Amino acid sequence: MEWTFIDSWIIVTGILSAMSCALLGNYLVLRRMSMMGDAISHAVLPGLAIAFLVSGSRDSLPMLVGAVGVGVLTAVLIQAIGKLSGLDQGASMGVIFTTLFALGLILIRQAADHVDLDPGCVLYGAIELTPLDVYTLFGWEIPRAAVTNGIMLLVNVLFVVFFFKELRITSFDPALATTMGFNAGVMHYVLMALVAATTIAAFESVGSILVIAMLIVPAATAHLLTDRLVAMLAISLVVAALSAVLGHLGAITIPTWIGFRDTSTAGMMAVAVGVLFLAVFLFAPRHGIIGRMVAQGLLTLRVNRDDILGMLYRVQELSGQRSPAVKTDDLRKALLTGGWVNLALADLLRTRMVRRTLEGVVLTESGLSSAANLIRSHRLWESYLCGQMGFCDAEAHYSAHQLEHVTDEAMQERLKRAANYPTLDPHRKAIP
Amino acid sequence: MSNLSEFENIADAGQETAPIWINDLTVAYHRKPVLWDVNLVLPEGKLVAVIGPNGAGKSTLIKAILGLVPKATGDIRIYGRSYEAQRRLVGYVPQRESVDWDFPVSATDVVAMGLYGKIGWLKPVSRRHREQAVEELRKVGMEAYADRQISQLSGGQQQRVFLARALAQDAQVYFMDEPFAGVDVATEKAIVALLKELKTAGKTCVVVHHDLQTVTTYFDHVVLLNMRVVAAGPVEEVFTEENLKKTYGGKLTLLSQALHKYAQQPGIGTGGAKGGHR
Repeated sequence: MEWTFIDSWIIVTGILSAMSCALLGNYLVLRRMSMMGDAISHAVLPGLAIAFLVSGSRDSLPMLVGAVGVGVLTAVLIQAIGKLSGLDQGASMGVIFTTLFALGLILIRQAADHVDLDPGCVLYGAIELTPLDVYTLFGWEIPRAAVTNGIMLLVNVLFVVFFFKELRITSFDPALATTMGFNAGVMHYVLMALVAATTIAAFESVGSILVIAMLIVPAATAHLLTDRLVAMLAISLVVAALSAVLGHLGAITIPTWIGFRDTSTAGMMAVAVGVLFLAVFLFAPRHGIIGRMVAQGLLTLRVNRDDILGMLYRVQELSGQRSPAVKTDDLRKALLTGGWVNLALADLLRTRMVRRTLEGVVLTESGLSSAANLIRSHRLWESYLCGQMGFCDAEAHYSAHQLEHVTDEAMQERLKRAANYPTLDPHRKAIP
Repeated sequence: MSNLSEFENIADAGQETAPIWINDLTVAYHRKPVLWDVNLVLPEGKLVAVIGPNGAGKSTLIKAILGLVPKATGDIRIYGRSYEAQRRLVGYVPQRESVDWDFPVSATDVVAMGLYGKIGWLKPVSRRHREQAVEELRKVGMEAYADRQISQLSGGQQQRVFLARALAQDAQVYFMDEPFAGVDVATEKAIVALLKELKTAGKTCVVVHHDLQTVTTYFDHVVLLNMRVVAAGPVEEVFTEENLKKTYGGKLTLLSQALHKYAQQPGIGTGGAKGGHR
């Protein structure tokens, strides 16, 4: 495997097209119209075909005009059909884009006798061939696809920078935006026109599947990682660029490991961005699945620790002895939380809240004071709930049992004051 | 006939000066009229409740005034001129459910949106604007949450962010769509205090309201709406049991039955059809 200038240009083209799609994709994802990218990227096909039939060439400009025209028409039709028929947006999208796409296919087939515009190319693109079709710019040979996608990226960046505020308000609250004179409808169609233009620029090199992936997946990934719009835009661009690099590297290396020749770069880029999304989905600190599971687990562990301490304290109180031992089996039977008891017990042993003796587990000094603190919270809550709020039945015990885990000293003070500094709880047990 | 011309005189009287003057407004979705022949003049510096059963067209009335839904017929003036000419005098608080609270913006960002109209096209939000936004958050007791992402706020807090945004708009007339819906006691108090303050400052507030119990304590003026204006005026005069019965009593009043039949007739070109052919 040898690295050539072709590989470099493939990656550059991939990065530029992925980034220009990803940037606009943020606004599609935030406006909850991700599939609009899908619809427009398919629906522009007849625009391309008509542009070709009219102009007789595959020049970028007529193609762009055709695509933007049909792209905006698609957005208008989807809106109109949805409004007039009462169908939801998904259904009207499905009707419009499949019809237009089919129309495009027919037109291309009609023209295909004498042109090299073929449907397969529309789906997968031909990024591997783009470095061969070059412009000469200031003495440099630059692939045409890199130039078109670069210009498109620049246009999109300028659009997002200059209209940052307008895009934000029309995306978040279109009604308010419109009352203020920032016409949300106009912004919508401008955005759709740019999506169509971007789609068409990226289309030729990377194909429609990658266009759809890049419109949605980097933005969706970024949305999982941040709560700030600027950060979301930046992260989506990084994800897009990264997946272009990983995609090409993957395309030329992974198949050779299992004895095949290299595979489609565009396809591999789409896979790469999907893998990046999956990784973030699993591992993102706040919104990720694993992050949430860990947080949940830590909470369960803490509740179990507290419950063990509480039980040891109550046993000591009932027996009247100093630090009586309790068998691990009894703890398990009382708490009924299975393996969590073992984990919580291990944690308590580690932090020296309890120690193990021959007869069972025993509270240490620091364990005793934490346990007393917990019981204080519990009994203060019971006193407050019964004395002040009038809940004196078993429910008060359950509420206190839940609240004791989240009660700090400041809260204890407030409870004491509210319950008139009680010394005994409603069951006539001492409040430590 | 003499009654009618008298009414028209009254209506004309407010045309140039009233914060809100509406003549013969009809709004239709598809063929079905939602608002029918609404005439309304609202006085300046009052807290006005708009009440009526579900589907009475309360939100639609506000949206029609703000140009968010097309009107089939009618004329609407804000201080004597069209809405488009008076945008800067108007503040709007949409229903809380109308936006996506997972949107990646902070409370300050949302409040700063109230200033966008003043900032104008293409100009960025400056530090001064953000400081003003935090100042508005302080007025609704939310400055501690200025940097929070909005999904991390409770429903009541979100509503207060919306109110702070309306304050940032620094308007003369405010339209609020159910600001009291699903909020906690603290927020309800905050909203009431804010409404009083706005009134003291001479602003007019038109509030879509659901809780009939609180109409007399919170508001000075009331509009009873059920597709048409059943009654409008000072609370003590028009908030009567008889008017309430007329507004809420029986889902299908004679008028709405007639309208319903009317809408079902094919090929009749009134409000509904006009709205559709816009």
